[in-house]
Amino acid sequence: MPFGQGRSGGRGRGDKKKDGEKQSQRRPMFRRRKVCKFCADKIDDINYKDVKLIGPFVPERGKILPRRISGTCAMHQRKLQTAIKRARQIALIPYVTD
Amino acid sequence: MSVRQYDLVYILPPDTSEQQATEMHDQVAAIVSRMNGTIEKTENWGRRKLAYEIGPHKEGVYVLEVINGDGDLVKEIDRRLKVTDAIVRHMIVRVDEEKKVVDRTRTRRQTSSERRRVRRGLPPVRQPGEGRSAETEESDDDRFDGVEV
Repeated sequence: MPFGQGRSGGRGRGDKKKDGEKQSQRRPMFRRRKVCKFCADKIDDINYKDVKLIGPFVPERGKILPRRISGTCAMHQRKLQTAIKRARQIALIPYVTD
Repeated sequence: MSVRQYDLVYILPPDTSEQQATEMHDQVAAIVSRMNGTIEKTENWGRRKLAYEIGPHKEGVYVLEVINGDGDLVKEIDRRLKVTDAIVRHMIVRVDEEKKVVDRTRTRRQTSSERRRVRRGLPPVRQPGEGRSAETEESDDDRFDGVEV
């Protein structure tokens, strides 16, 4: 991607639309709007014991999936973070895998 | 001191017998009752694979105890479990405050949805077969597409 084109800051919600329009000429890719999974499914409790719930947010490498990719809202990402860190402590989720 | 709720999770070696597990539970229960606490519930998750090796172990027997008690109780349990060789790992987490918040948001959501439904002239609880049936979106989880790294 050439400098100064496409994503500049890359974080705000406002520039996403503009971004899509610009890219649509070059790369007709449809990017679906990302929604916070926990808000959408109305999940109140993000518990460290619930590995099934947390699992998708910990990719193979073992790192926590960033918000800009998963689309999780700030509040839930924070709760997710503590849950993942607790689950790591008792070996439900790996710290690292290589 | 005020009473709080804690989760205690500990991991026993994979070759632990049922009896040894109950022994361990009794030890914990003894400390709890001595320090004027109560055990709300105990869950044995059985043998699970560990996500990473801890010492020589690749598997472990997980036990969860939900304990009501004060800070001194937790301190004592933590100290005791640290020196117990039969425990591979343990963790104590305070849960009462999070639980309170979760309950509050859940009831708030429920009451507000009921209020909205009543205002629209509907019964407060959703009837079966009402509204759009299950979303006909693709079921496979492709929320993470468009990954740019």
